[in-house]
Amino acid sequence: MTADIAAILAVDGIATGAIYALVAIGTVLIFTVTRVIFIPFGDIAAFTALTLAALDAKQLPGTVGLVVVLACMACLMEVTSLARAGELRAMPKAVLGYLVLPLVAVGIVWLAMRFNPPMQIRIVLALLLILPVAPLLDRIVFRPIADASVLLLLTVSVALHFALVGLGLMFFGPEGVRTEPLTSLALDIGDVHVPGQTVLILTAALVFSGLLFLFFDFTLLGKALRATAFNRTGARLMGIRPARAGTIAYLLGSLMAGVSGILIAPVNTIFYDSGFLIGLKAFVGAIVGGLVSYPGAALGAFGVGILESFASFESSTLKDVIVFSLLIPVLLWRSLATQHSEEEIEE
Amino acid sequence: MTQMLSIENVSVAYGKVEAVRNVSLSVEQGQIVTVIGPNGAGKTTLLMAAIGLLRSTGRMLFQGANLAKIDVEGRVERGLCLVPEKRELFADMSVADNLLLGTYSLRDRSTTRKSLDDVFDRFPRLKERSKQAAGTLSGGERQMLALGRALMAKPKLLVLDEPSLGLAPLIVREIFRTIASLRSLGVSVLLVEQNARAALETADYGYVLETGEIIQSGPADTLIHDPKLIAAYLGGH
Repeated sequence: MTADIAAILAVDGIATGAIYALVAIGTVLIFTVTRVIFIPFGDIAAFTALTLAALDAKQLPGTVGLVVVLACMACLMEVTSLARAGELRAMPKAVLGYLVLPLVAVGIVWLAMRFNPPMQIRIVLALLLILPVAPLLDRIVFRPIADASVLLLLTVSVALHFALVGLGLMFFGPEGVRTEPLTSLALDIGDVHVPGQTVLILTAALVFSGLLFLFFDFTLLGKALRATAFNRTGARLMGIRPARAGTIAYLLGSLMAGVSGILIAPVNTIFYDSGFLIGLKAFVGAIVGGLVSYPGAALGAFGVGILESFASFESSTLKDVIVFSLLIPVLLWRSLATQHSEEEIEE
Repeated sequence: MTQMLSIENVSVAYGKVEAVRNVSLSVEQGQIVTVIGPNGAGKTTLLMAAIGLLRSTGRMLFQGANLAKIDVEGRVERGLCLVPEKRELFADMSVADNLLLGTYSLRDRSTTRKSLDDVFDRFPRLKERSKQAAGTLSGGERQMLALGRALMAKPKLLVLDEPSLGLAPLIVREIFRTIASLRSLGVSVLLVEQNARAALETADYGYVLETGEIIQSGPADTLIHDPKLIAAYLGGH
């Protein structure tokens, strides 16, 4: 391997790493606030890419059907549980949140599509359409078992991923898509050719992690989310509802995953089941940060990206094996470096 | 006087074990009421039920409204705030952030700045450490922070669980002075304490809880001179 090739591989790896970093940060966000290791996160990214591709082809994306079905299910469940508790006064708000708002998002996309919007608008529409998916899944799947152990939540999360892959096939079909590049510009730094797409991916990763950081540090809502992650009982005593904090975490996480889906779509061909590998590699990155540290997760994700890039050069058939083998030393190191604590008992 | 909190025939059970049996008590507006009793009498359990963290049977009214269907967060929004025995601070966050989170339940946040200044006036030590992580504070400072954080929520009734637990005598005096001063703010207080003497000296009215049942109640200055209580809780004096 020459220095030139190494530089190209490094640039490529950093771009891939940035995409994993966005998903990894979302994974950490959702895990700390809700204790759910949200495996379907990669699917959210892949679905965003598929949605954008459908919008590019002037078709109504499968996401529309998905959101409508999920919204109806979530609304039905919320209304039923409210009716059982006899809290009729909370019903209009529940219908608004779980049915009307997602349908409004669908309506906006449906209307906007008649005007052949430019690419920037199509990207916003794709994100708008993907945002309700994770919070609705949270209401349907995780809210009824919110007090379960982390292990049970993880098991359900894996099952949910497989269900989503099936739904993905149903709503998006088996064809792979690749969207048009967001930019055709390129930079030359020394001898290294840096495609504009790479610059864009890096910028987006930095901007969105920066925005998340500002949100956590400077807004009361962001602080409330962090407080819920640190101490659920303490947060409840401040009047912070964990379920609501969870919804916000899922919304923010979906935004991160959605952006990464849009960034990866012009680079890789995305299928309905491509999300699993994205999600799993981001998860490896998040593990490096112990699933609690954002900078750790981002660094880990960049490490995974670079390792993957070099591994695919050495042996493209074994690249995934090499990346996932990274887990073993990382887990060994973490289990030796940190003190073990039993999972905290929640009331 | 209007009734702030009224607890009527409340029982709380852990599985089959009843930790609190048929307890009734009430807190009037602006009053400081204390529940004293030995370890394991069910004091903390009673408070956890009052804030809604534990299920209970019987009836609880807060400012006349039935609490049965109101969750913890709803009770906090109505001005019923608990400072738990374990403080439940956000250890990795700064003192100032902990205090700001106290205002989360308020609709109107325009007074946040003033509330913060008030808390800092009351506990100057918190001001000095406002940028420090809450986890680095001493025991007394943590209790001050927990109290300050609850005050940020502008509570109507402050429920305090063992505020003097594990604190040095000087700090205990300061904490009780603060509790007594809440009267002038019009905040009612329900105070649970093992330190019976300090609690009765501060409170207007007292209840004695033993093995889950109220065995005695009366105005605090009567209880403090009760020979039986002196023997059991207040130490020969």
